[in-house]
Amino acid sequence: MLIKIARPGDLHESDVTPESIYLSRRRFMGGMAGLGAGLALAGQANASADYADVPDGDAPGWLQEKIDATRWQAVTPSDPEKDKLAPYDDASGYNNFYEFGSGKSDPSRHAGSLETQPWSVVVDGEVNNGGRIGLEDLARPSQFEERIYRLRCVEAWSMVIPWLGIPLAEVIKRAEPTSKARYVRFETLVDPEQMPGQRSSFSLIDWPYVEGLRLDEAMHPLTLLALGMYGRELPNQNGAPLRLVVPWKYGFKSIKSIVRISLVAEQPVNSWQQIAPDEYGFYANVNPQVDHPRWSQATERRLPNSLFSPNTIDTQMFNGYADDVAELYAGLDLRVNY
Amino acid sequence: MATRNTWRTWRAGVFLAALTPLVVWGWQVANNAAGPEPGRYLLLNIGTGALWMLLLTLSLTPLTRLTRWKGFTLIRRQLGLWTLAYATLHMLSYALFILGLDWAMLGSELVKRPYIIVGMLALIGLAALGATSNRWSMRRLGKRWKTLHRLAYPILGLVLLHFLWVVRADLGEWVMYAAIAALVMATRLPPVARTLPRIRYRLAGT
Repeated sequence: MLIKIARPGDLHESDVTPESIYLSRRRFMGGMAGLGAGLALAGQANASADYADVPDGDAPGWLQEKIDATRWQAVTPSDPEKDKLAPYDDASGYNNFYEFGSGKSDPSRHAGSLETQPWSVVVDGEVNNGGRIGLEDLARPSQFEERIYRLRCVEAWSMVIPWLGIPLAEVIKRAEPTSKARYVRFETLVDPEQMPGQRSSFSLIDWPYVEGLRLDEAMHPLTLLALGMYGRELPNQNGAPLRLVVPWKYGFKSIKSIVRISLVAEQPVNSWQQIAPDEYGFYANVNPQVDHPRWSQATERRLPNSLFSPNTIDTQMFNGYADDVAELYAGLDLRVNY
Repeated sequence: MATRNTWRTWRAGVFLAALTPLVVWGWQVANNAAGPEPGRYLLLNIGTGALWMLLLTLSLTPLTRLTRWKGFTLIRRQLGLWTLAYATLHMLSYALFILGLDWAMLGSELVKRPYIIVGMLALIGLAALGATSNRWSMRRLGKRWKTLHRLAYPILGLVLLHFLWVVRADLGEWVMYAAIAALVMATRLPPVARTLPRIRYRLAGT
């Protein structure tokens, strides 16, 4: 099996597709859809008005400043009619975050007390510039962007969510990976006092929750480190204060409340792969042709739905981001590497 | 001594109590208080409700042995039928709200997914018990009726297996139900079953 692995000299993914061009292509496509650049400009002007129904956040000063300086609508769906934003209450009330319980409303019930300030992240492993870094220092050098992504859960439902954050690539570049770095490994906070799910004696997850990406996936311009959503900071149940968003992969790859980012030589074993290797792989790319052993992945329920219209839509290859990411997997058997 | 009217009230009370969760969940869905996926909310709640009904039904016999109170026996058929009703609604929720009445999909899921096959078997078993829960069937089947209705035990096993196979990250809730099921079944082991009346005498003596 041949995996294309970027050498350190190839790291600058943005040299291949400069982000500005990539993003302007998105806007161009938006224009093709008959909405024009006017929408992007209007969005820029009304960014806060768009989220009038969203409860005010309580971001620390530095974070609010970053949010205020966001490049709004940097990435938007090509068909906004089809990909309508989920209401904030649904995006923040229907979550899988097993650290806070296994029910969909457990995270919103139990995560409120999570202490997210101050927060620091350990950047370590195969890097020249590692160490423990405060969240503010991690985020400050990059401009925030608003990215409206489809989020496809492995459980066959999906929502459209407007994230605020910074490209993971920028954080990795600043850490200066060594030539041995091939993968990125992420860890969620372990704190049973604050996280009731971690106190359960019957949990199948061996804490901490671990996720991983190939280095070229991590460097891809679509891969985002999110600090906010809906024009405000992240609610705790959505992975505050720092989470990953990889829109072409099933939601469980987008690890929450990150405390450690390690550049490593070996492919990490992510938590779900550890629990059920026949059900969850390392890649977890959204793929309608490869079913979960317990349910079909050919379709998904776009939420919110209602009783008599489940709002079932066809699942797209790579969650509709195939044009941007399919080349990462050229020559890779996606049936084997699910 | 309780009169016929008291028993009628007792049964009506049990009926209303068993109906209440369905009314509450329906009300929540109607008032947008069931989250962004109301169909799944109903599916899971009604499924758990069916398991509760089955466990309650199976706890009536040991409770009667323990207390000799006639009221438990009087609601056995009713709770058994409620179990069937909840299980049927659970399956209908799946077909209607999750699959959107896509019959082809239902067909393929029925063949492909072990947890659905097991759930379906349990439902078929419950339907057989429901169909033979009338006096006429009891008379027709005679001794075999009791044997047939012991199917409730393997059905409980199937239901727990169905539940186990949908668990994803935490076994805690499943373990709780499995423990209750084990307790309910343990009271049927002859040595334990014989002890129950003795406990009753002791309680009465103090």
